[in-house]
Amino acid sequence: MNVLEFTAVVAIVSFVAGLLGSLTGLGGGVVLVPLLTIFFHVDIRYAIGASLVSVIATSSGAAAAYVKEGFSNIRIGMFLEIATTFGALMGAFLATRIPTSALAIIFGAVLLYSAYLARKPRPEAQRNLPPDPLATSLRLNGSFPDLEGQRRYNVQHVPTGFSLMFGAGALSGLLGIGSGAVKVLAMDQAMRIPFKVSTTTSNFMIGVTAAASAGVYLSRGYVDPGLAMPVMLGVLGGSLLGSRILVKAETKSLRLVFSVVILVLGLQMLYKGLWGRI
Amino acid sequence: MLAAPAPVRQPDPFRPQPWRDRRLEIILGNLLRTGVLISAAVVLSGACVYLFHHAHERADYSVFRGEPSEYRTIPGVIHSVGNEQGRGRGLIQLGLLLLIATPIARVVFSILGFAIERDRLYVIFTVIVLAVLLYSFLGTGIGV
Repeated sequence: MNVLEFTAVVAIVSFVAGLLGSLTGLGGGVVLVPLLTIFFHVDIRYAIGASLVSVIATSSGAAAAYVKEGFSNIRIGMFLEIATTFGALMGAFLATRIPTSALAIIFGAVLLYSAYLARKPRPEAQRNLPPDPLATSLRLNGSFPDLEGQRRYNVQHVPTGFSLMFGAGALSGLLGIGSGAVKVLAMDQAMRIPFKVSTTTSNFMIGVTAAASAGVYLSRGYVDPGLAMPVMLGVLGGSLLGSRILVKAETKSLRLVFSVVILVLGLQMLYKGLWGRI
Repeated sequence: MLAAPAPVRQPDPFRPQPWRDRRLEIILGNLLRTGVLISAAVVLSGACVYLFHHAHERADYSVFRGEPSEYRTIPGVIHSVGNEQGRGRGLIQLGLLLLIATPIARVVFSILGFAIERDRLYVIFTVIVLAVLLYSFLGTGIGV
């Protein structure tokens, strides 16, 4: 393929990934690295560099739309960003040291977990949990607009959530993804933050987290302009379109299709990491 | 811009001044979107220059070589933008640097917002996050 064809095809694939990622809420970055490495034979390090950049673009691009809905909690976001940015920095340094086959195996495992999570019903909405002393003193508890007016929520298990977020940041820095799956584990399951609050808040955090590792990637020469350009523009375009049609689209079957794609890509990455050359 | 008449802060743990947080968030959200659109425009302009000169070369990313220094440091990128040879790729990298800078700008504005709210604890938290970001952005050799 010459540069023009390569740019065009990668831009289209990235656009579709960004669109599906935004429509299903599963994120586009998670499928990009496997697609680039498996079908375009891109070295996984270049793929991770390009994907990381696109993650910043989608997170920041969607932020304005999310904020207007009034669900995100800026204090939860900022507090947990301490954990994710330290984790991201550590992950980025680790990525430059561990072999690419190990990266592929970890990536495969994360994909399989994301596919599993996408099929699992959401945790029940919390109702009237008692306030946790630590969360209260950190002023993490908040409220969001509901059918019956403002609904308050009390954040739980702060230390567990904080440690899990460190892990989410490390995976983000290691694999160049937003690691939405681990964030769901930390914010929805452990901290019992209501679903809409945790999704919109984590979108805010993803950009800052990715920026913490992007500097390392760029300075180590992992971000190639010829590859990052179509990936970033494609994913950004796709996700912006996705956030506009989100309300009307039937997302249930889309989620099923997308989670099967993630599952297949995860198996491929595991296979490549264990037996193939990557 | 952010300043509203400051009422005495009530120590109600459940409602950390929601309307002020909302205003801050809306400003930050717009800041992020503007930053992304500017950086996407710069990347796109670089893409045109790059494709104009290199459209018919072979695209091969199967072997990792690492980028040369003109595409992985801030002075290198600025230099290549001013240089006919690598202008397209230089512009793309410049756009990506702006993109990375956008969430950093958001964190800086959050510090101001929390300072206006006189929330010392969250000013400290945000400064920690900013320090990590600045270390990554400037302390890893990207600035030289």
